Amino acid sequence: MNVPPMIGIDSLQVAFGHGAQRMVAVDGVSLRVADGECYGLVGESGSGKSTVLRAVSGLNPDWSGRVSIGGVEQAATRSKGFFKTCQMVFQDPYGSLHPRHSVDRILAEPVAIHGLDDADGRINRALREVGLGPSFRFRYPHQLSGGQRQRVAIARALILEPRVLLLDEPTSALDVSVQAEILNLLRRLRATYGLTMVLVSHNLAVVANLCDRLAVMNRGRLVEELTVEALRRGDARQPYTQQLLRASQGYDRATADSFRDFA
Amino acid sequence: MSEPLLEVSNLRVSFPTRQGVTEAVRGVSFTLGREKLGIVGESGSGKSMTGRSILGLVPPPGRVTADRLAFRGEDLRTASDKRLRAIRGSGIAMVMQDPKFSLNPVMTVGRQIAEAYRVHTRASAREAKRRALEMLAAVRIRDPERVYDRYPHEVSGGMGQRIMIAMMLIPDPALLIADEPTSALDVTVQMQILAILDDLCGQRGMGMIFVSHDLNLVASFCDRVLIMYAGRVVESCRAADLHNARHPYTRGLLDSLPRLDDDRRDLPVLTRDPAWLTDDPAAEALR
Repeated sequence: MNVPPMIGIDSLQVAFGHGAQRMVAVDGVSLRVADGECYGLVGESGSGKSTVLRAVSGLNPDWSGRVSIGGVEQAATRSKGFFKTCQMVFQDPYGSLHPRHSVDRILAEPVAIHGLDDADGRINRALREVGLGPSFRFRYPHQLSGGQRQRVAIARALILEPRVLLLDEPTSALDVSVQAEILNLLRRLRATYGLTMVLVSHNLAVVANLCDRLAVMNRGRLVEELTVEALRRGDARQPYTQQLLRASQGYDRATADSFRDFA
Repeated sequence: MSEPLLEVSNLRVSFPTRQGVTEAVRGVSFTLGREKLGIVGESGSGKSMTGRSILGLVPPPGRVTADRLAFRGEDLRTASDKRLRAIRGSGIAMVMQDPKFSLNPVMTVGRQIAEAYRVHTRASAREAKRRALEMLAAVRIRDPERVYDRYPHEVSGGMGQRIMIAMMLIPDPALLIADEPTSALDVTVQMQILAILDDLCGQRGMGMIFVSHDLNLVASFCDRVLIMYAGRVVESCRAADLHNARHPYTRGLLDSLPRLDDDRRDLPVLTRDPAWLTDDPAAEALR
């Protein structure tokens, strides 16, 4: 039973600024994600959920605490091997693809960086995997819709055959019908490849759809961890989580009055 | 209900492009009383352009035509620029999605709100300031005196949106057009802002057009809903009945939403029927 978790985070702390300007964005967050699990991080803006993800992915080197991926302790700067294991998909499909690179070049770059063979076959496979035909290979991002761009971003992450996929609000810039397609795609990929996923989102229903467990964050702290079944039952222990649940159930005049700030 | 606040008939917005004319809005008609009307649809459905065209805010080279476009019986198509400027703000006000791009960054928020009042009422500077402070309190900003002297970059997104709403409501408009007023905000802040709008509609008898992509929000907040697809209204119903909508597009949108009270995993994907684009009798019958 003592299998090391795929992702282990211990007392993670991230602060920005110095002296009087110092702002602690993530304050002592610890969590574990098992191999093949999908874990949700929810919270409002400024809760630190994306900052946790950026520290895990190596995009933000300024953190303290311990982060391990696949049982390997990670330092501030990451090895090339790390990026082969762990890839990320960003929120804004309009900003995360190079506007002057074709889909082919976008997908070829990670293959070249990691010195993998058969770039041609890999690109075709990755495109097929995300439901885009080979006809998309020589298009530019401006010739794609938002959903298609997000599929390219997912293909770029998958082309290295990673074991961990970090998702930062992957559907919040998309229309609901496209969101459904992307969520279905992510669920299928996870089942096919046994991917471990961390999904950051402010939308509880999206997290419930894809994840097994989730953590609720507020002001840099982890408020509580619960299973998706408990979330669906409305079985939250902390008042902050209960408020978040009520707020996501549509507008209600009386509910709006009951809201308060949680320090 | 007395005379309608707003009458729109066969509204069309088109943009000439190199590939020919693109029609963003293709024949939208509705009348609005003192109620909260929701317009929902996906990106590109023409919902924002419908809201903008009412105030004559469609950017050139866009062209707006309508058989009728009248505010309290007054024709907006033939109104002079001067008359339109008077109507904008005091008759019809508009709240945009993002306060970051809608507030003047080099003017304190208090002065901006007071200016909105003075343009329409010729009140003294002191009176305008007093009203602006009252308005800030009305949108539940805790310390109005302190916020009055702040610049837009010094306030949070939620507070910025409240400031926008205060600015739009201070000339006491009869109709508020809100284009995704809360979609950039956290859910709890969103609820609080909607509560403010809800109260103001109730207390002042204001009419409201609420443009949004969020079906659940519109269903729970508005009185009536228009569902737009590709520039046309495909269905119109009472907001409370939205979940029993009949048009396949509306049904498809509702079904594709993940829900907390439903543990099915694979979400049905919307398949678009080309027939939705044309005036088919079946869609007419649904309206």
